[in-house]
Formats: sequence, C-alpha cells, structure tokens
Amino acid sequence: MGEFEAVHDVNIEELKHLVSERALRGETMLLNMGPQHPSTHGVLRLLLELDGEIVVTCIPDIGFLHTGVEKNMEAKTYQKAEVMTDRLDYLNPMGNNLTYCLAIEKLAELDVPERAQVLRVILLELQRISSHLLWLGTSALDLAAMSVFLYGMREREIILDIFEMVSGARMMTTYIRPGGLWRDVPVEFEDAVRDFLAIMPKRVDEYEGMLTTNKLFLERTVGIGKVCAEDCIRYGLTGPVMRASGIAHDLRKVRPYSGYEQYDFNIPTRTGCDINARYLVRVQEIRESLKIIEQAMNHLPYGPVRSNNRKYVPPPRSELGTSMEAVIHHFKLWTEGFTLPRGAVYVATESPRGELGAYLESDGGPKPWRIHMNTPSFANLQAMPLLTKGHFVADVVGIIGSIDIVLGDCDR
Amino acid sequence: MDDETRVVVNAFQERFGAELVEFRGEVTLVLPPQQIVAAALAARDEYGYNMLMDATAVDYWPAQAPRFHVVYQLYGLGHNRLLRLRVPVDGNAPVVPTIVPVYPNANWKEREIWDMFGIRFEGHPDLRRILMPEDWQGHPLRKDYPLGYEEPQFSFNHEQILSTKLHPKE
Repeated sequence: MGEFEAVHDVNIEELKHLVSERALRGETMLLNMGPQHPSTHGVLRLLLELDGEIVVTCIPDIGFLHTGVEKNMEAKTYQKAEVMTDRLDYLNPMGNNLTYCLAIEKLAELDVPERAQVLRVILLELQRISSHLLWLGTSALDLAAMSVFLYGMREREIILDIFEMVSGARMMTTYIRPGGLWRDVPVEFEDAVRDFLAIMPKRVDEYEGMLTTNKLFLERTVGIGKVCAEDCIRYGLTGPVMRASGIAHDLRKVRPYSGYEQYDFNIPTRTGCDINARYLVRVQEIRESLKIIEQAMNHLPYGPVRSNNRKYVPPPRSELGTSMEAVIHHFKLWTEGFTLPRGAVYVATESPRGELGAYLESDGGPKPWRIHMNTPSFANLQAMPLLTKGHFVADVVGIIGSIDIVLGDCDR
Repeated sequence: MDDETRVVVNAFQERFGAELVEFRGEVTLVLPPQQIVAAALAARDEYGYNMLMDATAVDYWPAQAPRFHVVYQLYGLGHNRLLRLRVPVDGNAPVVPTIVPVYPNANWKEREIWDMFGIRFEGHPDLRRILMPEDWQGHPLRKDYPLGYEEPQFSFNHEQILSTKLHPKE
C-alpha cells in the first residue's frame, strides 16, 4: 500500500489454468523473472513455477515493447511505412526491409535489376553474420563466458561500419527499397567487404576455440533445452532451432528469393536438439554466409540498382533538371505515393532467427490496407514452456539465449 | 497452380464448400467459419500441410458486410507448398472455432487476433490479451479504432486529462 502500490498485481485466479494444481495449494513457488532482467534479452517477463530449483512451468508474458507497428504502417504510404520495418527486429533491419519490399514487388510485379539482387544478398548475409555475432556474444555472456562477447562485438562493428558506409545509418538502414536499393554502394564498399572476408574465417576459429570444446560451456549446453523435430513442426519453430533438431529447412533453399538459387552453400544441421546444437548450427551458418558473400562479390555485375518502372520507383536526381515527366513522377511518388493492385500476398524470407513473413493486403490505395509481419521471435518464444520444463532456473537463462529472441521482433 | 494443389482445392471445394481465389500464384480458399477445424484437420492429416506458419485477421469495415476475415497460412514441410485459408466473420460478436487442437502454435496467434481485433476463439485454452495491457479498452487494429494521439497537457486542461485517464503517468 501507500506509494509503492503495484500497478497490476499477479492474480493467481487469472492464471490458474496455466499452473499446476500444486501451485494453487502453495506447494510450489511462483517466481517472477523480468521484465527488467539482464539475461532476458530485452523486456521479456517470465512467470516461473518452481519446485525447489526445478522449473515446473514457465508462462511468458510479452508485449512490453509493443509499439503498434502494424497500425502505424496502415496510416502511412508504402514508402514511408518501410521505415517502421527497421524497428521490428533491430538486429536484422536489412532482412525486414527486404521482406516488406519483396511483398510490394510481388504485388506490383516489379522487376529488380541484377546488381541490386546481388547487393541485397551480400548485405543480407552480412546482416546474418552480425546478428549471429551479437547472439553469440550475449548468450555466451549469459553462460558466464565474458571474452566472446568482446570479440563478437569487435567484428560486428566492422559490419555496422559497412552499413554506415552504404546507407548512412548503422542499424536503421532502410537501404533496400521497392524495386532495388536506395542508391548504389560507394567505391570503398568492395574493399571493405573483401577485408572483412579475409579476416573473418580466422576470427570464427577463435570463437570456436573459446567455446566449442570448452568444458564449462559444454556442461551448460549439452542436453539442455531439448526439443525434438516433431515438436518443432507442431509448434512452428523455424530457423536455427529447427535446423538444430535435424530438419534441413531453410527458405533460401526451399523457396529461393533474390537469386539465392545461384549460390553454392550448405544448410548446417545437427541432431543434438539442445543449446549446444543451436550454437554449432549458428557458427556454421556464419561460415556458410561468408561463402555466399564471397561468391556474390566475385559475380557482382555492373548496372543500375533501381528498377526503371517510374510508377513505383522515383527517377534519379539528375533527370529532374531536364525532364518534365521525371518531375511529375517525383512529385507524385513523394506526395501521394504509389498505388498497388487489389489483392493479398504472403512473402517469407529466412531471417537469422527463422521464417520472417510479410502478409500484405492492398485495397488499391496508396497505403497498405493490412500489413502483418509474421515474426520468428514471436513464433519461437511460444515454445518456452516446452523447452524449460524440468530444467534449473539457471538454465532458463541459457535457453532464452539459445532461441535468440529479439523483443522488438516479438512485440512489434 | 500445380496438380497437387489442384487436388486439395477440388477436395476442399467439395467437402467444405470452399471458394477459390488465385492471385499472383498464391492459392486462397475461403471457407465458412464452422468448417475451419475440419478443414485444418484435413489439411494437416490428409494433405500434409503440417505447419501453421501464420494466422492473422483483416478488418474490412466499413466497406464489406462480413467485416472480418481470419487468414491462416498453412505450409507443408514435406512437399514445400503453401495454402491460405480465409474465414469471413461477422462483425457483431465475432466468434471463430479455435484450431489450437490441430496446430498448437495457433495459441498465441489467436490470442493476438483477439487482442488486436476482438475476434473470440471458441474453445481456446487461454484467451487473454497478449500484446496490450490486461486492462486495455478496445481492439487497436480495428479500422474504427483511432490511431491515438495523446492530448497535450497544459496547465488549463491538466486536471481534466488526469480525471479521464485510467492510469495517469503522475
């Protein structure tokens, strides 16, 4: 009472269908973890039912980072709404941009030039590496491996510098646009990526040297947070979690987009189904991404990076001084925006966390009638009760880390 | 549309009275709401659509008469094909049977639809709000819900704003 009164008390009546009967009799303990807990990777609250130190059930409570992204996007034109997609999964802004743009391009039947396709692949794979590096650092930090965090952040900086070079922003890039890219990459881009490719394989060996056979790391990861392949399918778990359970499913292979079918790469899988298997899958994915980037750099064609379809893509600045048509197109696109044909499409890409889908529905107007982002963090977090059952509280921290959630992605 | 999808579409048209919509190569079947559980079960067990990728809803207010459509994206891991099911729901006390027994991961997705659109899922094991606070009024993604700008507080209207707020900041 008084000034420290809680805003909303946990009411056992509301949750009694989710906890065991022993909790209602007071034999087990309900423990609140989060939302301000350093190892929940954001603002995630978990209500844990504990028998001693063993987790009986875990009730995730999300929504602390809900910002109404879908509602806001409906109120903006297609170009302006793209800025919102950066803020979903802030470790994968390029991937979010791409998913949204692919949906628009599918609806508008818009072509993308070859150079833009290849640059998209390079940037997406750099994004995947940077996301996996941050994951590697933070989840190893949760398991008390401090130095990997510092090493991982060091290499991530190189990638963020490349993003700053191409788009002007380290994280909220909005660089991939409907019909191509915002503009071509600067001349320094190629050297920067080549330098990164030269140092990175050795650095990945360093991380592996610190963790893969580290006895303390193995003690904390092997056999923890198991989920079998059948449960992955039933609970719709995708991405590295699914591949660590032995299912070789990767949208870059099964439903290729942006020309992924041209590249030679493998889908790393493991059958351990536990935290360690997910770690091994992700580290291997970093190596595969490096392979893709190298192939893409070797076959980077010259040419335009934006579609020539002026109904959707603004004309280059140089044309505005000489062409009346270009001025009209520029004015129309930046005031009322473009319209898309009536209809609905669903497009999915492989984000570092799993299947990232965009369901876009147009009513023929300049704003999306309905845009739904089907986010992998939301889908994967749902399986927390399944993953944590029967483990120690200390392992809950490792399990949250292993499914690699981003709360901005989850709460939207 | 490939031959295998054609088989599914024909069967669903016959058994559940589904209506086919094809757009940009994506197959959508519009079903009556009472058929959704049987249709999902058939899709999973007989036609190998073993994963529910996404479930969401669309509000067509005020243009269309069944105001809401609930949209399910099904995916078959074995055959790598997508199928979209749509269920039109009336805006007056909207209710759809839950498909949680068929696809367990529909749990949170249906909670999100309830939270955002106010569509009830009959038989859902845990139909609480998921993204908005527990005591929130209204369902934000409905088209008649305002985008919500906060009224600026000045000294002359400060008291008035505080008296109408459920949880004032101060």
